[in-house]
Amino acid sequence: MDLAAAKVIGAGLAAIGVGVAAIGVGNVFSAFLEGALRNPSAADGQQGRLFIGFAAAELLGLIAFVVAIIILFAV
Amino acid sequence: MAAASKIDPMHQFQIEGLSGQLSGAPFVFTNSALWMMIVLGAILLFMWGGMKREIVPGRWQAAVEGLVGFVTGLAMTNIGKEGRAYVPWIFTVFVFILFSNYMGLMPFGIVEAAHPFTVTSQFTVTGLLAVISFGIVLIVGIAKHGLKFFSLFVPHGTPIGLMPLIVPIEIISFMVRPFSLALRLFVAMIAGHILVEVFGNFMVQGLNAHSALGVFVWAISFIFVLGVNALELLVCGIQAYVFALLTSLYINDAVHLH
Repeated sequence: MDLAAAKVIGAGLAAIGVGVAAIGVGNVFSAFLEGALRNPSAADGQQGRLFIGFAAAELLGLIAFVVAIIILFAV
Repeated sequence: MAAASKIDPMHQFQIEGLSGQLSGAPFVFTNSALWMMIVLGAILLFMWGGMKREIVPGRWQAAVEGLVGFVTGLAMTNIGKEGRAYVPWIFTVFVFILFSNYMGLMPFGIVEAAHPFTVTSQFTVTGLLAVISFGIVLIVGIAKHGLKFFSLFVPHGTPIGLMPLIVPIEIISFMVRPFSLALRLFVAMIAGHILVEVFGNFMVQGLNAHSALGVFVWAISFIFVLGVNALELLVCGIQAYVFALLTSLYINDAVHLH
C-alpha cells in the first residue's frame, strides 16, 4: 500500500471518533432531559453543568477531527 | 472532470495580505485584520445604539441590556458576588466570539471580494483569548491566595496514598485548559465551514453535470446545506457561551480554590 492510500484510510479511521463523540453528546443531553422531566423546577439551575458536560464530550470529537486533518494535510 | 474541479475547502481560511506581500514585510494589513475591525465596528454599533440610557428602554436598548444581563448573570452564578469584577473580561470574550462567529457565517461570499473571513477560525486568535483567560486565572489566584493557590492541585479529602497519582493528573488537567479552550472554538469553526463548503461544491458540481443524477445530488446537498447552516447558527452561539462559561468556571477556581 502506498503512503497516499494509507493516509486516506487512516484519516477515515480517525473520523470514527467524531461519531463516537456524537454518542457521548447524545448521552449528556438525554440524561439531562431525563432528569429535567422528573424535576422541571431544578432543571434551570443545572444548565451550566449541562453545557460543561457537552463541552467535554464535544472536545474529544473535535480532537478526533483534528487528528484526521493532521493525517490528511500535515503528515 | 473530477480532477479538474477539485474541492479546496481550506482556501477560505487562508490569510492574505491586502496591502502587499505577506512574506518579509514587517506589517501587512491582512483579511483577518480587516474582518476583526469589521467585527469591532459591528460591536461598537450594537453597543452605542443601546447605550442612550432612556428611562423606558426601546427595543435596541432592551437587546443590549439583555446581553449584558445574561453575561452578568453567568458570572454571578458561577463565581458568586465577587464575579462582578470579572464581568468586563467575560463580556468582552463572549461578545467578540459571538460576533466574529456570526460574521463568518454571513452570506457576503456572493461577491467574490467580500468573502467573509471567520476570525475565530485561526488558532492564534482563539489561543490568545485562551491565554489571556488563563493568565487572569493565574494572576488572580496567586494575588489572592499567594502560595496557597497551589492547593488547587490537591482536592479536599484526598488520601495520602493517592497523592502521587492525583496531583499529577490535576496539574496536567490544569495546564491543558488553555489548549482545550482554544482548540474547541477554532476546530468547531473550521469543521462547520469545511462542511458548508464541501456541500456547496457538491451542489455546483451536481448542477454542472447536466444529468438526472446531478440534479438528485444537488437536491440532497441543498437539504444538507440548509441543515448544516442551521446547525452552525446553533454551534456559533453555543461555542461563545461555552468559552465564557468555562472562563468564569476557571476564574471561580482561582477565586475560591476548592
